[in-house]
Amino acid sequence: MSPKASKAPPAPADPPRAVQLEMYYFMRLTRTLDERAHALHRQGKIVGGLFSSLGQEAISVGSAFALDRGDYLGPLIRNLGAVLVRGHTPREVMTQYFARATSPTRGKDNSQHFGDVRRTGVVAYISMLGTMVPVMAGMALAARIRGERRVALTYVGDGATSTGDFYEGLNFAAVQRLPLVVIIENNGYAYSTPVSRQTLLKDLAEKARAFGIPGYVGDGNDVLEVYRMTRRCVEDARAGGGAQLLELKTFRMRGHAPHDAAEYVPRELFEEWARKDPIERFERALGLSPEERRAVEERVQKEVDDAVEFAENSPWPEGPEALRGVFEDDSLVRFTPWWER
Amino acid sequence: MPERTYLQAISQALREEMESDPSVILLGEDIGVYGGAFKVTEGFLDRFGPNRVIDTTLSEEGFVGAAIGAAYAGLRPVVEFQFIDFIACAFDLIVNFAATSRYRWGQGVPVTFRGPWGAGSRAGPFHSRSVEMWFAHSPGIKVVAPATPSDAHGLLKACIRDNDPCLFLEHKYLYRRVKEEVPDGAPPIPIGKARIAREGKDLTIVSYGMMLHRCLEAAARLEDVSAEVIDLRTIYPLDRDAVVESVRKTNKVMIVHEDTRTGGLAGEIAALLNEEAFEHLDGPIVRVTAPDTPVPFSPPLEDFFLPGVETIVRAARRLAAY
Repeated sequence: MSPKASKAPPAPADPPRAVQLEMYYFMRLTRTLDERAHALHRQGKIVGGLFSSLGQEAISVGSAFALDRGDYLGPLIRNLGAVLVRGHTPREVMTQYFARATSPTRGKDNSQHFGDVRRTGVVAYISMLGTMVPVMAGMALAARIRGERRVALTYVGDGATSTGDFYEGLNFAAVQRLPLVVIIENNGYAYSTPVSRQTLLKDLAEKARAFGIPGYVGDGNDVLEVYRMTRRCVEDARAGGGAQLLELKTFRMRGHAPHDAAEYVPRELFEEWARKDPIERFERALGLSPEERRAVEERVQKEVDDAVEFAENSPWPEGPEALRGVFEDDSLVRFTPWWER
Repeated sequence: MPERTYLQAISQALREEMESDPSVILLGEDIGVYGGAFKVTEGFLDRFGPNRVIDTTLSEEGFVGAAIGAAYAGLRPVVEFQFIDFIACAFDLIVNFAATSRYRWGQGVPVTFRGPWGAGSRAGPFHSRSVEMWFAHSPGIKVVAPATPSDAHGLLKACIRDNDPCLFLEHKYLYRRVKEEVPDGAPPIPIGKARIAREGKDLTIVSYGMMLHRCLEAAARLEDVSAEVIDLRTIYPLDRDAVVESVRKTNKVMIVHEDTRTGGLAGEIAALLNEEAFEHLDGPIVRVTAPDTPVPFSPPLEDFFLPGVETIVRAARRLAAY
């Protein structure tokens, strides 16, 4: 176990082609959902924040495929792909965006802030960045205490590596030798702040040295490399190797959210990273036949159309629903104004 | 029946819950080998092992987050803050993450956050705070503040068994100063239920924590005034009915707490009574609280800061005569 950042750990084997085709499907599904959501946002049909993973699909899909059933996953705003791989449906995603009563949070929270610990192992994230690191460390802790061989995986952006939660959570996991894998999804910008204003380090994975854990750097736009590197970290963590830090380099191909035109990003960077598009690269690597490509396209379109239709036709939640679910016992939230008595 | 200090009652509740439920684990700084800064968990490491009594890194965000995650994964963690003042370091994870979790996505967080609270120990601004209203004003977390050993025992058990996050405030001034018979294995005491600590008919004094004892002493000194003293026991959810009912009987009320005045619980109770019992009031609703300052260190300053028995007596006489 080397505490310093190294280029590439020895690689597990690539998954069979049938599995790779599923990975491709999930990358396409992620992008299609993302593009459709942006179109609906422009039409004013969906409300609230919308965070794109355009150009970053390989990290979510490759890493989620590296987990076993029963493992825990703590996503971030740009990990739609990982949430889909874990079993959440396009309908769940769209009803969230549409803030409908049928959504997983019944309209209580927006964007992809949802999950289901028992069914998918996914934990709903919050807007404070870095908080998932100690929380997922706690899930890994519980697994160890109960003698279960589960691994917890979570993501932080380059910006969140500056937070106290990142340090406190990862250090706690390191000291306790917990099976926690933290992926730094380095996409160049935290809102408008470039990585160079976030750290003086060349590679964020060098921060692993501060915790005495392994740190690796990989190509975040190569889904198979993401899969192999994450799989190795997951296997090491499961085998008792403790916490692992993996930095995957990628690029955010849109602004922070739809209102942000990202004018602070030099155009050349977009052009450079467009040439490294993870979906096109994977298509070439897979040597997809036109029939295979069309089959995936049709499957994805059908599912996304269905999700949008379902969400649009779903009812809005009723106002008093706002009073429910604060505690297990709803009667604790009493709200009868004086003038109505 | 064994007589226990407030501190021993807390320790006993923790031990009983750990014995009866293997999913209860403890996390905190120095709680293992050392037994905790106030020795609440002394002997626990030997008895329950390092898997259930976890000495953490010095990182409130780290171990509070870990407790939330462990709760998601099916455990019932109890987190000790060495002094409750340090809970500010973990504020984000408690109010943003834990307190909203059930509301946002239906996932309860059965974590108990506990720690020594309050002034009176000459401990200065960072080891004396009252933090209850930070959390009472953050929907999704229950706030409990017992004044007696048996309440500390029964309410802590209730917090640990509760499926929502609970903040259990234990007044460190009471740790070794109050003693009471607490039976082994006594059952939990329901969260959110106040108690009439002393019956009376002329005015109601509402309080909690260490101040409850000063109110009882003051009530005993009021020869001609029959004061009813209500021990709230829980800050949120507040037992509104108990307060309103008492005021309907006595028609006068003062609220006493050591927390600072602006935004303190006394103001909330005054507003509640204004709406619910206006026609029953025969005098102003009186607030006896600390001033809006940090808790000072030097004994004369801290004594000035904290409402004393004499102050409570004076305020009560003035109100009774209104």
